[in-house]
Amino acid sequence: MDFIFYFGDVFSPLSFLLLLGGTIGGLILGATPGLSPTMAVALLIPFTFHLEAVQGLILLGAAYTSTVAGGAVSAILLKIPGAPANIATTLDGHKMAKQGQGAKALQLSFLASAVGGIFGVLLLIFLTPLLAQWALAFGPSHLFWLAILGVTVIGSLDSASVVKGLLSGCIGLWLATIGFDDIMGAQRFIFHPSLGGGINIIAALIGLFAIPQVLTMFAKGRRADGAEVIEVQKHSVLDATRELLRRPRALSIGTITGSIIGLIPGVGGQIAGLVAYDQTKKFSSEKEKFGKGHSEGVIAAEAANNAMVGPSLVPLLTLSIPGSPTAAVLLGGLLIHGIFPGSDLFDNHPDVAWTFINSMLVGQVLMCLFGLYVAGLAARVAQVPQSVMAAIVLALSAFGAYSVQSSMGDVYVMACLGIGMYFLERFGFSAAPLVLGLILGPIAEANFIQGGMIADATVGKASYFLSGGLNILLIAVVVASIAYSAWMELRSRRYTTKEEAQA
Amino acid sequence: MNRSQHILGSGLVFAVGIWVAWVSYTQQPAEAFLFPRLIASVFVVLAGWTFGKAALGLSKVGSGVSRTMFLNMVPGLAVMLIYVFWAAKALGFYTATAIGFFILLSLYDPAPHSEGKTWVKRMLVTAVFVAVMYGLFAKLLSVYTPREILF
Repeated sequence: MDFIFYFGDVFSPLSFLLLLGGTIGGLILGATPGLSPTMAVALLIPFTFHLEAVQGLILLGAAYTSTVAGGAVSAILLKIPGAPANIATTLDGHKMAKQGQGAKALQLSFLASAVGGIFGVLLLIFLTPLLAQWALAFGPSHLFWLAILGVTVIGSLDSASVVKGLLSGCIGLWLATIGFDDIMGAQRFIFHPSLGGGINIIAALIGLFAIPQVLTMFAKGRRADGAEVIEVQKHSVLDATRELLRRPRALSIGTITGSIIGLIPGVGGQIAGLVAYDQTKKFSSEKEKFGKGHSEGVIAAEAANNAMVGPSLVPLLTLSIPGSPTAAVLLGGLLIHGIFPGSDLFDNHPDVAWTFINSMLVGQVLMCLFGLYVAGLAARVAQVPQSVMAAIVLALSAFGAYSVQSSMGDVYVMACLGIGMYFLERFGFSAAPLVLGLILGPIAEANFIQGGMIADATVGKASYFLSGGLNILLIAVVVASIAYSAWMELRSRRYTTKEEAQA
Repeated sequence: MNRSQHILGSGLVFAVGIWVAWVSYTQQPAEAFLFPRLIASVFVVLAGWTFGKAALGLSKVGSGVSRTMFLNMVPGLAVMLIYVFWAAKALGFYTATAIGFFILLSLYDPAPHSEGKTWVKRMLVTAVFVAVMYGLFAKLLSVYTPREILF
């Protein structure tokens, strides 16, 4: 129950102001189609340099939480999901808005998001210390396999092609080796002076997540987006609360599904929302109403995508393994303040860890309160032409990358990685495993070298890295995640072929 | 999608993989390249597999870049490259941002170019945006950016 002791810190004036700003800003950014939560958090990192670690994390955590919820605004009022996590919300939310129930849909989405989100953060609070203690038993070989596991799980589960996902992870691991070797001081892959100090993680994150979105907006050309905001009539929040309480099945299925999916590294909010929607429909006595503007569809989807936020941080805070691309960006935010997740975080920086987690709990309530009032404004912002949005994101990316170390080299690296990632994405590669490779590469290498030294002095490399219960378990999970994804890919391809044959 | 695009894309990745492997296995001291060797081996195998599939026309994932998309993107990409690799340093961040931002708005704004009102609006949006960036980065965060012309 350590978290209770640090609750007051959330309400210190600057921390609370940042929490408020992050929540309101996140709601507006989340409602803007094309700006993903990951990109929003990546663009915010440079603003945290001048803050204390805990304040920086509060800002990033608030933005993460509220961008996911804010995405529901454009999903409901514009039929454009603000983020992939809000796809399922569009199915019934937009229909409700068209039937004149836009305000009710928005209220239900924020209320359900808050319930799901609070449950998710409570899971984070109670699971994290247990797992952090368990992580103390990890040696270099286990940490090496954990880092590899982080890359392969996201590479295989988060990508349309297993091979391309794993290849993206390999590219990230290779990029992490660029620069001077820590032990021998040897130059590795430095083919341009800008790379002398290695690839700066923040510049890379901004480039990999923001620049492809800018180029995607450019590729659409000079066309009006054509999205029309549906006007919302007034609706009593009390009535919406009663409606939510009348739908406990949708709320609990959404919350539990989202929490479980959030704990699995690599499985994002998009899947959480869709799975919860599907399960709620299966168990509902009003199946026929789904897809026609049914409140249960909105409740399940939004409870799920916010419930996954807290649990998705469990592997990050305990084992240093980010469970999602946004968690990877948060890891970047921790590392720039010299804080390493794991048991060290809770032993040496309990104030940072618990204040950050508590702020996410308070943030859920603020998100719900402000979401109900900011929704109208957020929907207007979502109508900003993509040309303006692309230019804003490009300039913010350049300034953000430069401000990391006041180096033009970081701006060049950001642009090159971003342009490269855009084309890689067009060929089926994915940014998430590449980013994880880049972040986990140094952890994997450090433990590989350290483990190698221990192995040379004791049982030999093969025995050290490939034997022992925990090593075998981790290797088995790596192999199983790849095999499962490959099997799913083959199965869907076979079905596609069969459908094509029938057509 | 165009098969040749897949071959080109995966061929480039394969070429990078071969270069990484070559550097990892030939550069000294060998101890510094132990981990890169491990990665490079997997990299080359996966990139070779992807290239092989593309060459055989079996690549299914990825829709490539259509001619329209490419032509739409080229002007914006050119402005981005000039802004990042030349203008930001040569003209100063804020001057380059103002010029780049205005050009991008002019290139991609769906509002008609023939109306004077839209040009005034674009100039106003640019001025407000640069002022916000200046206030945020120069004043609030105290980030010193290269300043060559004006500010």
